[in-house]
Amino acid sequence: MLVWTFWISFLGSAAVALLPSHWKSEVRWLALLFAALGLALGLWGWGAYDVEVGGYQLGNGEGVPWIPELGVRFRLGADGFSLPLVILTGVIGVTGVLYSWNIEERVNQFFALYLLLLGGVYGVFLSVDLFLLVVFYEIAIVPKYFLIAIWGSTRKEYGAMKLVLYSFAGGALVLLGLAGIAFAADPAARSFDLERLAATNFSSGFQAWAFPAFFLGFGILAGLWPFHTWAPTGHVAAPTAASMLLAGVVMKLGSYGCLRVAIGLFPGALGATVLGVPGFWRWTITVLAAMNILYGAMVALVQRDFKFVIGYSSVSHMGFVLLGLVTLNLWGLSGALLQMFSHGIVAGLLFAVVGRLVYDRTHTRELDELGGLGRAAPFTASVFIIGGLASMGLPGMSGFFAELLVLIGSWKAFAWVLIPVGIGMIVTVVYTLRTIHLAFFGAAPLVGGDWRGLPPITLPEKAASCFLAAILFLVGLYPTVLLSMMDRASQQFLDRVKQTVPVHLARP
Amino acid sequence: MNLSDLLPLLRFLAPEILLSALALGALLGEAALSRLLGVEKRQNLLGWLALLGLGACLVILGDQAARGETLALGRGAFVASPFNALLKTAATLAVMASVTMGLRAPFVRHVGENYALVLFSLLGMFFLLSAESLLMIFVALELTSLPLYALAASQKGARRSIEGGLKYLLFGGLSAAFLLFGISYVYGMSGQGSLAGLRDWLVAQRTAGGPGFLFLTGVCLMIVGLGFKIAAAPFHLWAPDAYEGAPLPAAAILASASKLAGIVVAARLLLGAFLPVAGNVLGSPLSWHAGWSPAVAALAVASLTVGNLAALAQRNAKRFMAYSSVAHAGNVLVAFLALDASGRPAALAAPAIAYYAVIYALTNAGVFAAIHALAWGARGDDFADFRGAARRAPFPAFFLLIFLLSLAGVPPMAGFFGKLFLFMAALQADATHWGLAWLVAYALAMNVVALGYYLRFARVLWVEPAEDLRPISTPLELRVALVALALLVLGLGVFPSSCLAAFRTMGGVLLLRG
Repeated sequence: MLVWTFWISFLGSAAVALLPSHWKSEVRWLALLFAALGLALGLWGWGAYDVEVGGYQLGNGEGVPWIPELGVRFRLGADGFSLPLVILTGVIGVTGVLYSWNIEERVNQFFALYLLLLGGVYGVFLSVDLFLLVVFYEIAIVPKYFLIAIWGSTRKEYGAMKLVLYSFAGGALVLLGLAGIAFAADPAARSFDLERLAATNFSSGFQAWAFPAFFLGFGILAGLWPFHTWAPTGHVAAPTAASMLLAGVVMKLGSYGCLRVAIGLFPGALGATVLGVPGFWRWTITVLAAMNILYGAMVALVQRDFKFVIGYSSVSHMGFVLLGLVTLNLWGLSGALLQMFSHGIVAGLLFAVVGRLVYDRTHTRELDELGGLGRAAPFTASVFIIGGLASMGLPGMSGFFAELLVLIGSWKAFAWVLIPVGIGMIVTVVYTLRTIHLAFFGAAPLVGGDWRGLPPITLPEKAASCFLAAILFLVGLYPTVLLSMMDRASQQFLDRVKQTVPVHLARP
Repeated sequence: MNLSDLLPLLRFLAPEILLSALALGALLGEAALSRLLGVEKRQNLLGWLALLGLGACLVILGDQAARGETLALGRGAFVASPFNALLKTAATLAVMASVTMGLRAPFVRHVGENYALVLFSLLGMFFLLSAESLLMIFVALELTSLPLYALAASQKGARRSIEGGLKYLLFGGLSAAFLLFGISYVYGMSGQGSLAGLRDWLVAQRTAGGPGFLFLTGVCLMIVGLGFKIAAAPFHLWAPDAYEGAPLPAAAILASASKLAGIVVAARLLLGAFLPVAGNVLGSPLSWHAGWSPAVAALAVASLTVGNLAALAQRNAKRFMAYSSVAHAGNVLVAFLALDASGRPAALAAPAIAYYAVIYALTNAGVFAAIHALAWGARGDDFADFRGAARRAPFPAFFLLIFLLSLAGVPPMAGFFGKLFLFMAALQADATHWGLAWLVAYALAMNVVALGYYLRFARVLWVEPAEDLRPISTPLELRVALVALALLVLGLGVFPSSCLAAFRTMGGVLLLRG
């Protein structure tokens, strides 16, 4: 049943596109219905998934042959890695529709592209066949361009093109690796099944070039430093719902691919000696991830545009995910998974506040021109502060456990990295407080007056904001709700990785 | 040979016979009706008759493909096989799209002649797709090209049409000269006219000291001639002018069916007849082997570079499509190089090339049909004339988007699988050493650029505001054609193995005596 998530989204996309564009209200409700169905299916999957058994479940079993010449099968399923991300996609999908209730121009096309993107994302998370995964990954690229270029703001066409070309370049690297995998194994056993590939022991020579191709290819989408530059420009240019989906979910496609494909299939490459350095790739990625955290936070500190602060904070937070992945221990891996979910919700909430609750009402995002919004729009301020605190990793919020686990994991794997990461976390606190201060407290600036007479917050916006905030608290106070399946999947993953290829799990 | 022996032959030759009759019928119809009916009526009537005849051709070809029988006449002069029947089907579909485009838009006064030229050109392609001998290839190529020269220049009033047609004629003549000159050397050295005979002779020469310098010179000259045909850089210079000058229905044939035939005949010659002198381009240039491979690799790299980069700068939809066509020639040439160190082609190479040629022809026919529908209400065919066209004519604009994304290689459209199979074939060739990874990596990088410019065109249609908001109506038959082509492009994409498996079983070997 879970596999219906993307069929429903694609179906919804077609249905919405065929409605006449002046039936605005019908289009919105229909889009909400299809997005909500996706979320409902995801939640059902969360209930139906058997954590004890683990592995892929709720799919279409062994799948059906799709391109038999190449051993490609149409096989779907979810496990402890992908199920939380499917639920995340559902949550952001529904709230994104609610925050887009004010779109007036070409409504049917907007929601058609939105649901198409949503379907592609579901497909990536649910694919158990690598070929299928890549196909969904590529399907998810083009809708982003039109969502940003048509309904976006601030240099929208530049941002859209940059984002799409970076994604496609990442996709090209992944395709290169994919074509390589087809012929790396024995032709008789040719298959793209992720379970089977994971059990294959690829030669170290092949791993040495396939791993960087996949990790870099997916890493570009995850905002890996220094290939992150598309993310802030693209997310700032995008309309609210698209920024939420891009920063909240699409970046996770990248980190998910890094974990599932690059590390999952070629763990040997992490410990391999390249250019005379043992564990070269693990070192490199650790350093780059630390740069993500530190650089993203520093740059966020000096932004003048409210939305760019959130854009760079996303880059910074994705660093925790990437860092957690290469620790290759239970703490780091579970932390990275929880951070993927947590950051998805946080980024969704923050982009919603900036794009919808603030910019659509004030028509400026310059921090200098804002200020004093807290009194005029207390709801907006409260929501942003909740999101900001979760982003800082305050206890009781979802970010706390996620970052704590990653920190413990990296302490065990490479303690030195905690120095730059710690600095980055302090800077995170500083820029979050600075932004809250400048935008919501501070003196009301001359240009904006005292912001009286801002349009009131509408019901869909309130509902969506409360929903997202509630999830932050739920996961923060009772992380087991997700962590149990993440732990189980991580444990199985690590057992397998250690079994197939002896990785140096000690410090690199 | 008595009459009863001829009857089975008729079954194999039926499409060609039908097509000749149709072309002659179009000429006679024009002569008979020119006094009775106006231009538009004749255009419509003769066009529908041509479509009907082409539909009958499709049925016969389908029957040939289904029967699975093969016939070879006169040392490969004419080979009818299920594989060839499928290729002819694709060419016929593309030409049908072109005829549909012209039904209501009389761009010439001599409509009967126009249809006759289209049909004769298709007849040439049929023979080309069936030819496995040097002489027949040359004759069929001329039969394909000569009507196309005239079609490209058929807007006699328009200066750019004359200019484009003239350039196409001169370059085409030059390419024919190169090809014929090359053939004369090849034949002169080997004494073999059939492709299979040539290959056997070359294999025999391996132990007898090689085919000799003059033979290789002949092969190189032939590559130049073929390079002109498929518009591979640096022999692409005619394409932008010819595409721009030709009326859209004629440009559609240039970009689809003609290209398909060119690619197939190039594959037959290089991967079929001249395989023993292929050489290779595996790994670093120091380890390459002499043969035609390095020359083709140079063409591939040049086409990928020139086509993709020049397309970025275009402002006219037809010139843009011409450069896109150069880029796609580069893509397909990558799979020509899919040979391992001992000179054996990868198992995927021939099916991948055939699949690509077919879906490329269908997609391009779709692009031109959609542009034609949009150009209905536009002043011209520059990008600026299509600004905001999606608001004026959402139906063709949507299909144009589908076809452009297929060309860009976005799934689930067939273009994605086409490119992927080409590149997979290249990697398969020397799978243990990744000898062609350099070329595939370059092609992939260039395809990232390609997405950029296809999206630029799509942006003009879908993102930019329209100045003129009057809706453009699209005639029903054009809508049907667009839907049919889009279904094919999507269907062959979602189920690539339907086509791929057929090609593999029928055409895994390009020549009859593999």
